[in-house]
Amino acid sequence: MMSLTKSVLEGNRLALARLLTQVENNSPDGRSALVELFPYTGKSHLIGVTGAPGTGKSSLVNQLALLYRKSHEKKVAIVAVDPSSPFTGGAVLGDRVRMRDLSGDSGVFIRSMASRGSLGGIAQATAAIAQVFDAAGYEIIIIETVGAGQSEVDIARLAHTTLVVEAPGFGDDIQAIKAGILEIADVLVINKADRPGVENTERALRTTLELAHPTTRVFRHHGQAMTVAGPVTDPNLWIPPINKTVATEGKGIAELAESIARHAEHLRQSGDWTARDRARLGSEMEALLQETLMTRFFENIQQEKYEQVMQKVLNRDLSPYEAVKSLLNDHKANL
Amino acid sequence: MTEKKIRVLVAKPGLDGHDRGAKVVARALRDAGMEVIYTGLRQTPEMIAEAALQEDVDVVGLSILSGAHMALAPRILELLKANGQDKVCVFIGGIIPDEDMPRLKEMGITGIYGPGASTEDIIKDVREAVK
Repeated sequence: MMSLTKSVLEGNRLALARLLTQVENNSPDGRSALVELFPYTGKSHLIGVTGAPGTGKSSLVNQLALLYRKSHEKKVAIVAVDPSSPFTGGAVLGDRVRMRDLSGDSGVFIRSMASRGSLGGIAQATAAIAQVFDAAGYEIIIIETVGAGQSEVDIARLAHTTLVVEAPGFGDDIQAIKAGILEIADVLVINKADRPGVENTERALRTTLELAHPTTRVFRHHGQAMTVAGPVTDPNLWIPPINKTVATEGKGIAELAESIARHAEHLRQSGDWTARDRARLGSEMEALLQETLMTRFFENIQQEKYEQVMQKVLNRDLSPYEAVKSLLNDHKANL
Repeated sequence: MTEKKIRVLVAKPGLDGHDRGAKVVARALRDAGMEVIYTGLRQTPEMIAEAALQEDVDVVGLSILSGAHMALAPRILELLKANGQDKVCVFIGGIIPDEDMPRLKEMGITGIYGPGASTEDIIKDVREAVK
């Protein structure tokens, strides 16, 4: 085992920080370390926190981490992702600003990541970074995504429990029923719940949930309208609870942690925990397979040969489909 | 392997609340392709050293306009060293009297920038220091 990996497993924080960099940059040492650390993973609860910019995600993460440290004494890792400039490749990673309360606690590790071109809300290396924290004994890993709009949903494939954070005044009923970010929520959070409009936001969210999972029926009985709880068709069905919080004042955080714990329990009981792990590791394997096969293919092909085929496609002598077929046939043995 | 990004911590130690300069530098470094971890106001030396370690930064940029640089700089350098991060380069921007500059350089501060310093110079010096 590499000395760096050994140090990480022994709890050395400098080694951990340096390994995170290697893994983020996909260096050979980083890749070897991931192989060595993999047997030590599988113990953490990954909690994703997503939502539009300005809804208070960082403040919420700060409060959740404080609670986990105080009441559960589990080590907490926070991965905070912010967007890279598509023009310069640089980034300002500012999520730590909201997490001052966590400083000085050696049971907390905060790492900021730039998205580096990924458009799904997290960085390409975020899953690998989470694996390192998992192996290093951080039982709670909170991943805060880029302030997302509607389609940055990659977090759902990575986290066990995904929190979608809303705030009053960020849109109307129609916004609430559009596809995308709401669909990935395991827990819905209305932060800044002391602001006007919180009832409307809650109502809009409940309506969306109702449309997806009807739980009440209205019928007439002796001329009177009555509501009755509908049949719960699937005991394995998880209906996202709505939690109201005021993160800057620490309100509603204990209840939120409760909802998260209930979701984790539900995942374990229904077998979904392993199903999600399987899906996540499956995507990871597929991505690696793609990358490896592509690299091998281009290592084995001669540039001129590729250019020749490319030219035929440009001249409309060969379709892209036929071109790929012929290239693969020529190189079947080498792959 | 992806291209290595320069990671810079930008922090304001102490109680001074004027952060426009720090934000200007943060933006300039971002526009130069660097990843800037901006930690904001009222950072203690311990908080700065802790963030520098967790984020595995190449450079620490301190914004000090309060006059407390002769106390803050050695403390921060000391903590970085204690954490095994003596390779990290520390730059200071702000209000630093000329007569304090040689002493700061002796302590190990890599670059000092007063009002009117150009962001191009800062970017160039950071790139040079990290090589």
